[in-house]
Amino acid sequence: MNDAQNRPAADKPAPKLRTSAMIASIAAPGQATRPAPFGHALAKLAATRPEIVGMTADLGKYTDLHVFAEAFPDRFYQMGMAEQVLMAAAGGIAREGFIPFATTYAVFAARRAYDFICLSIVEENLPVKIVCALPGLTTGYGPSHQATEDLAIFRGMPNLTIVDPCDAVDIEQAVPAIADHPGPVYMRLLRGQVPVVLDRHDYRFELGKAKLLRDGGDVLMISSGLMTMRSLEAADRLAADGIGVAVLHSPTIKPLDTATILSEAGRGGRLVVVAENHSIVGGLGEAVAGTLLRAGVTPAFRQIALPDAFLDAGALPTLHDRYGISTDAVVRQVKGWLDR
Amino acid sequence: MDGTDDSATPARAGNRLHAELARRARNIRRHAVRMGEVQGQGYVAQALGFADVLAALYFQALRYRPEDPAWEDRDRCLLSMGHYAIALYAALIEAGILPENEIETYGSDDSRLPMSGMASYTPGMEVSGGSLGQGLPVAIGICLGLKRKASRSFVYNLLSDGELDEGSTWEAAQSASHWKLDNLIAVVDVNNQQADGPSSQVMSFEPLEERWRSFGWEVRRVDGNDIAAVSDALAAMRELNDPKPRVVICDTRMGRGVSFLEAREKTHFIRVDPHEWALALDELSEEA
Ligand SMILES: Cc1ncc(C[n+]2csc(CCOP(=O)(O)OP(=O)(O)O)c2C)c(N)n1
Ligand SMILES: [Mg+2]
Repeated sequence: MNDAQNRPAADKPAPKLRTSAMIASIAAPGQATRPAPFGHALAKLAATRPEIVGMTADLGKYTDLHVFAEAFPDRFYQMGMAEQVLMAAAGGIAREGFIPFATTYAVFAARRAYDFICLSIVEENLPVKIVCALPGLTTGYGPSHQATEDLAIFRGMPNLTIVDPCDAVDIEQAVPAIADHPGPVYMRLLRGQVPVVLDRHDYRFELGKAKLLRDGGDVLMISSGLMTMRSLEAADRLAADGIGVAVLHSPTIKPLDTATILSEAGRGGRLVVVAENHSIVGGLGEAVAGTLLRAGVTPAFRQIALPDAFLDAGALPTLHDRYGISTDAVVRQVKGWLDR
Repeated sequence: MDGTDDSATPARAGNRLHAELARRARNIRRHAVRMGEVQGQGYVAQALGFADVLAALYFQALRYRPEDPAWEDRDRCLLSMGHYAIALYAALIEAGILPENEIETYGSDDSRLPMSGMASYTPGMEVSGGSLGQGLPVAIGICLGLKRKASRSFVYNLLSDGELDEGSTWEAAQSASHWKLDNLIAVVDVNNQQADGPSSQVMSFEPLEERWRSFGWEVRRVDGNDIAAVSDALAAMRELNDPKPRVVICDTRMGRGVSFLEAREKTHFIRVDPHEWALALDELSEEA
């Protein structure tokens, strides 16, 4: 990056496609999307659930919580840009019988507020729903905003349920499910114009359950979050090359649906690939690997994940390619592993 | 006054300095607008609002060597609010620390000028600031380190009014007076804006002077778009002979210097229509 200043003018990039702006969409051009699925789902649910309140740390507009805030202004708490106060106060209001949905960016919950979440919410098993935008690599803004290790951090916390939805459908169905769960939940949020993918599949979100979205004889992809969308796209493309790819979507990262994972991975003969929008350290991939090894199920196993590094700033498409989580990169890697 | 030539008086010299600072501020605004134009977006309104403070810092207050941004005896200027990077890049360009031709790479892949300020990317960027509320705590350590080295450099920590919400800012404020950090000058940009709305509504923060004073700081509050007032306040802070940290609270107006942006409804991300970048540059041209 240090020779950037001497780059010839011909290399000058087409600016808007290559921006490291914080706000970036993960939707492909022309892809079907729905706006603010979390905000709308929460507002709908809250209409019949007076105990639900919303809280944020100066990121209501950027976590889609503004939809709830407009619908229920007197049930919305703006806590200022103070993530530690946000989380401890959410624990406090939960003690008094309310169900707070507390929003910020994933980095600030996982990194700055971790201790407050741990002791003031999770150790007491309080029903706080922590919903965080910009999970994994969903902004090109650089390491300050790229939550590449949020799952690793939160998986280490006992009691905490962790959810990584794939699309608008998943989010809409997850909101009532996590509200009904009696304990604390961390949900990774896709915000703004969110792709609609799972409506084409016979799918329902169930907390704690992995769902087989398609079957195939050569590869079993186990994925969560937006990598399920990428895995489905890759599976289509690989099918055209005669490679059969099954996709097992595991939106609940913790507790993991070990029964389904073991039975699918145990069917034998298939390469198991875990794909996640997260560092290769401590996320879904290592959770699955541990599950398989502990049960003595040992298929060929690969991970598609972000490298164990602080990532570059840049445009999301550039970075998803660079770090191997674009659809092209998934296809390339799977073919390479199959020697095709 | 009565016909005598007073060009050599301090007042006249002061006027010349302030005119020079105003010229620098206008150039900083131009660089920022040109960067905004490259991406069609950016925190341009913040940069316009803060340009006068940056001009006073980089063309009067700070000691630095443009050709050697890591010069040991420089004053350290920390951009705690990393999203103001566009503003600091503009000042670094005007100061000759960054070449002007990098403007066209702003925010693009593999540029040294990413949208959020990071020390590992950009000469002259002292800290990585995207996670707000970390600058002042880092400044504490730099001040302690400089004192250990018997350095006479000052540490300027630039922070936003949104950062006043973070506990870490006040933990550091308390620490700074405990350690009698008379080499620390905090500069707060009070633009009354943060992500979800006006700062005063998101989390009320007044009375600001009393709050800092009660934490043991020497406090000045000025109109941050009055360059003379800002540069005088910074000078007073440097000259103060009292073992305590200092803060200059700068009330600024977002979009300052470009009339139609200054008048536009305030938001964290100001809307700038594609044809308006050129209009903004026109308004900031030397003839205007
Ligand atoms: C610790 C932390 N929390 C949240 C954010 C997200 N964020 C980015 S800018 C911003 C507003 C902060 O207020 P201020 O810097 O005064 O905003 P501005 O004047 O630029 O509108 C927020 C909440 C962040 N960058 N860091
Ligand atoms: Mg502000």
